[in-house]
Amino acid sequence: MDLTYTPEEEEFRARLRRWLGEVLPKLPPAPAPSDWPARRAYDLGWQRMLHDAGYADVHWDASPTTRLIYLEETERAGAPYVGANFVGLLHAGPTIAAEGTPEQRSRWLPPILRGEEVWCQGFSEPGAGSDLAALRTRAWRDGDAYVVTGSKIWTSHAEVADWCELLVRTDPEAPRHRGITWLAMPMDAPGVTVRPLRTLAGSTEFAEVFLDEVRVPIANRVGAENDGWRVTMVTLSFERGTAFVGEVVACRRVLGELAAEARKNGRWDDPVLRRRLGRLNAEFRALWRLTQWNVSEASAGGVPGVGGSVFKLRYSHARQELYDAAADVLGPGALDLDRPWVLDRLSSLSYTIAAGTSQIQRNIVAERILGLPKGK
Amino acid sequence: MRFQLTEDQRALQAGVRELLDRRFGAEALRAAVDEPGLDRALWRELGAAGFFALRLPEADGGVGLGLPEAVLAFEEAGRALLPGPLTATHLAAGSVPGAATGETVVTAPDGGLVEWLAWADVVLGDADGAVPLRSLDPLTPLHRVAHQGEADPLAVLLAAAEQLGTATRACELAVQHARTREQFGQPVGAFQAVKHLCADMLVRAETARAAVYAAAVTEDPADIAAARLLADEAAVRGTRDCLQVHGGMGFTWECEVHLHLKRAWARSQRGGGITESEEVLAADLVA
Ligand SMILES: Cc1cc2nc3c(=O)[nH]c(=O)nc-3n(C[C@H](O)[C@H](O)[C@H](O)COP(=O)(O)OP(=O)(O)OC[C@H]3O[C@@H](n4cnc5c(N)ncnc54)[C@H](O)[C@@H]3O)c2cc1C
Repeated sequence: MDLTYTPEEEEFRARLRRWLGEVLPKLPPAPAPSDWPARRAYDLGWQRMLHDAGYADVHWDASPTTRLIYLEETERAGAPYVGANFVGLLHAGPTIAAEGTPEQRSRWLPPILRGEEVWCQGFSEPGAGSDLAALRTRAWRDGDAYVVTGSKIWTSHAEVADWCELLVRTDPEAPRHRGITWLAMPMDAPGVTVRPLRTLAGSTEFAEVFLDEVRVPIANRVGAENDGWRVTMVTLSFERGTAFVGEVVACRRVLGELAAEARKNGRWDDPVLRRRLGRLNAEFRALWRLTQWNVSEASAGGVPGVGGSVFKLRYSHARQELYDAAADVLGPGALDLDRPWVLDRLSSLSYTIAAGTSQIQRNIVAERILGLPKGK
Repeated sequence: MRFQLTEDQRALQAGVRELLDRRFGAEALRAAVDEPGLDRALWRELGAAGFFALRLPEADGGVGLGLPEAVLAFEEAGRALLPGPLTATHLAAGSVPGAATGETVVTAPDGGLVEWLAWADVVLGDADGAVPLRSLDPLTPLHRVAHQGEADPLAVLLAAAEQLGTATRACELAVQHARTREQFGQPVGAFQAVKHLCADMLVRAETARAAVYAAAVTEDPADIAAARLLADEAAVRGTRDCLQVHGGMGFTWECEVHLHLKRAWARSQRGGGITESEEVLAADLVA
């Protein structure tokens, strides 16, 4: 068990830290959460800077440890989040890299890395959430294209996306998992309608996407027809593996800020509050170590394994507890949307739902790690 | 960074497990419950295997390994419910003659209690006026002492390692039972309510594992306090959930689950208790 980094890794860290120290002070202020076009421009601009400095492909080509250092350092320095680049860098990109043809890789991957194109993920449907394989959006062949009709929901960043990684049903007669196909759909194609949905935090983070006889070239299919479920699972294991590393670092910083605020406003004198924060310190220290454990395992074995589910379960609840503790520190201020942490508390409510609910994660842990039987 | 067990560490873990399976298996456990006492022969065998001298330098007749290896050995001891004042004897190796080899049994007051006082050859610390109590844990005879005493961080970490062993074992026992016991025509483990209890047990145990192993590497006081909190939680809640999964069987003296729960409760009294660890971690936030 070795928690030290190699000289090369430390050198990467030092170089990155220097670069962040130079560029971050020159960055324009982050746009308002409701200004989507500005957010798109801001997020892409940051990705372009990363690309020009040689850090763009750290999510794909670097070793898991290098990636861990990258996420740790960018978060520490307060660098922008992946934001609108999330699906491109962490879902669609890795899927295309793993399953795409050489032409597909050279068409789609460079614009993601250069910060030129935004992707969204069109998986969930009104009738297919946790039970993703129940999806019904239909696609049939017509000449050199698939014609797609149906609707998607909860599609993050849909309003500003150029491309959608879309799951469609190409064979309604086949067993559910064997009739699904993965398509890259241009969001400006005729027949695509995006209707933003307002979240409980007040902003429009996701949308409904209606598809009415949208023509998607057959050349945009990644993987074989009807093999989309397997192709998708590659993406999801990326998502659950290392997607939250930076956030754990951020949570540890927030915890320190909470303690400082509590000292300032007198709440620190309450031993119950103090011990609550102490326990959260234990929690996030452990989650950081669990991350290092999972990353070490991924380094040894390639694709992140089911350990990601263990992490996601614990982390999503810990994050909610962190912001509940923030409310405890703030007292009446917890009801003031202009105070720090109040919006974060609202956002934290999505963590036990998005990317597989906690109940689904428990099923995965119980069935795939512990080997318990599926129910009748 | 390679935060994983090395080949040598895996071998050590397997070696201790094999020794304890052979020398302190189900039958020996039963016998120890029926007739409490310290098996001196087993104690010497542990000594010969290096359990107590693990961290002593080779020049001093020790094994020359570090805290990570000690933590792995104590995790196995926790898993096997191995009785005796293991921590005090281990920590006395090198300073109390005979402790390293298992000839001398050493105990020490901890958290207002002393374990195995009547069996120990040497008591480190102040056990004056110790009063015996009828111990809740049938495998740990206890005396009360007047003062709390200072918590030794190493003792706290080794107790956390034992708790981790208990948490892992409780999860295994629950899963074994859930896969074999049938009701309503299927294994009870197919019911989601049971499945989710088991999943949560694993999540708590694996989170605690990361914290305990990391604390063994860093020896940082806040890391040790974190390891303790998470391991206590994983052991106490894990054994309770394990009992629940066993149904009526779990409430019997016969079934070993209660022994794990009682030991987990006993260990969570150590080192100033949970409050002290929480305060250490709170202070760390404003340091
Ligand atoms: C902020 C946010 C962003 C999102 N972004 C995207 C996106 O970009 N693209 C995309 O495709 N999707 C996205 N989603 C959708 C997300 O993946 C789904 O919400 C999620 O999978 C749950 O599906 P559902 O909402 O239909 O809930 P349901 O599946 O209807 O679940 C309802 C409740 O039933 C429980 N439940 C369901 N099945 C089981 C079971 N088998 N066992 C036990 N309990 C069960 C669930 O845990 C939950 O508590 C996003 C969601 C959120 C909240």
